[in-house]
Amino acid sequence: MKFLMTLYADEAKGAAIPAAEMAKYMEQMYAYRDALIKAGVFVQTNGLAPSTTACTVSTEGGQIRVHDGPYADTREQAGGYFIIDAKDPDDARLWATRCPAATWGIVELRQIVEHHSP
Amino acid sequence: MTPLPQNSLAQRAAERAARESYGRLVAYLSSRSGDVAAAEDALAEAFVAALRQWPVDGVPERPEAWLHAVAKRRQVDEVRRLVEGNRFTAEMQILADEMLPEIDEMPDRRAALLFACAQDGIEPGIRAPLMLQTVLGFSAAEIAAAFLLPPSTLSQRLVRAKARIKKLGVAFQIPDRSELPERMQAVLDAVYAAYTKGWADADNAAGADLAEEALWLGTVVAGLLPEEPEAKGVLALMLYAEARRAARINGGGDFVPLSEQDVSQWDAQMIHAATKLLIAANRDPGSGRFQIEAAIQSAQISRRLGGAASLDEIVQLYDLLALVAPSPVVMLNRAMAVAQRDGPAAALPLLDEVGRDERMMSYQPYWASRASVCAALDMHELAKAAFRQAIGLASQPAVRTYLQRRLDAINMT
Repeated sequence: MKFLMTLYADEAKGAAIPAAEMAKYMEQMYAYRDALIKAGVFVQTNGLAPSTTACTVSTEGGQIRVHDGPYADTREQAGGYFIIDAKDPDDARLWATRCPAATWGIVELRQIVEHHSP
Repeated sequence: MTPLPQNSLAQRAAERAARESYGRLVAYLSSRSGDVAAAEDALAEAFVAALRQWPVDGVPERPEAWLHAVAKRRQVDEVRRLVEGNRFTAEMQILADEMLPEIDEMPDRRAALLFACAQDGIEPGIRAPLMLQTVLGFSAAEIAAAFLLPPSTLSQRLVRAKARIKKLGVAFQIPDRSELPERMQAVLDAVYAAYTKGWADADNAAGADLAEEALWLGTVVAGLLPEEPEAKGVLALMLYAEARRAARINGGGDFVPLSEQDVSQWDAQMIHAATKLLIAANRDPGSGRFQIEAAIQSAQISRRLGGAASLDEIVQLYDLLALVAPSPVVMLNRAMAVAQRDGPAAALPLLDEVGRDERMMSYQPYWASRASVCAALDMHELAKAAFRQAIGLASQPAVRTYLQRRLDAINMT
């Protein structure tokens, strides 16, 4: 079953991390991705552009409106994701606890509901 | 939980007495019906009152009688509420009297309750939480925090497990001799699984709490099953590990392997207690898995303390362990003992052998061990790849940064 791991972190704090330290974190993330690949669990991963570049689209009074900025104005912002294909929810949780992003931010794990057309 | 009063020793003594008595009452009340949940309901308020009052007033002389009296009063109130028009009669009092047994003849059925929690139809993962709740009276929220589970998930699983115990309908009893070793193993496995989970999460407070709760449970189990060498063995094993807790993480928050730990940070009292238990366990003929593992820990610790235990002895203990409880993890640890004794070149083919087991592919200690051995043999590329794999599989930040430091050291050569 597939799961989406959304990685949240404080963008402002992230920007303040010195390059050498950041390189170390990235190295951990690559090691994690490779371990996922090796275990046959990996589906996809990507980073996201800063949340300040996001826009939201909604309807107000029957009119489509586009607003600049992210939807939820929280201290942590979504900065990337992994999609994994795990054996079961416990296996997915185990892989989520191994994600280095949980040391500097929050990892949200949610099962992807797969619809198969008839 | 109630706020800590000034004297936290009194708090802990009271808590311990309350939990002991609680477990006795739950075990007794549910032993015939098999209904653990109903027994807990009857005692819930009494227990809360005890944890509030005992640290302040001191532990009553007969803690069970105290809890019993409060629980009974609550049941009477309950009956009274049920009677229309609040007419409380002598008959009602009698009815209420029957709901809790007479305290003086209450035998200790906690051992039977442990076996009920670890019986066949109960899913292994929920056994230790079930014991912590029913035998020691921990709340679902406390246990959930220690096991890193959402409280609602754990509560549901506990409720389901109790319903299952009731449905299985076996009267709580100590299994007879023919079944005892296997049933005992299930109880001890659950206790040890809880401990190792707490041990793995060494760098957070929840892990320390869980380890402490597991030790407590292990102490109760060893006390309830005084004839069982393995109950002493598992407690000794846990104490040897616990004694080294503070030395496992250095000032910078990094993991420190046994060979580099500052032995002055080890808890000598705990090591002494573990050794006494191990000696007592070894008085019985035959050795079980936990006794052997405790003996290995004892030898490793005594070597670091300048004792006489030889590396040969440690490898032999692993050979024995592989016979009693074969697993790839045992073979991995044996290979590392061989590396210590005969050097890394002797260990590499053993690691290749262990690595044929598919479960090792996602087992972080396997990759960390492999990386260390390759690094010692100057096989840099293999060592780097293995360290990277171990980093990708690490779930504790302290271990991850330790592994990364070792990888960086190779990159710099």
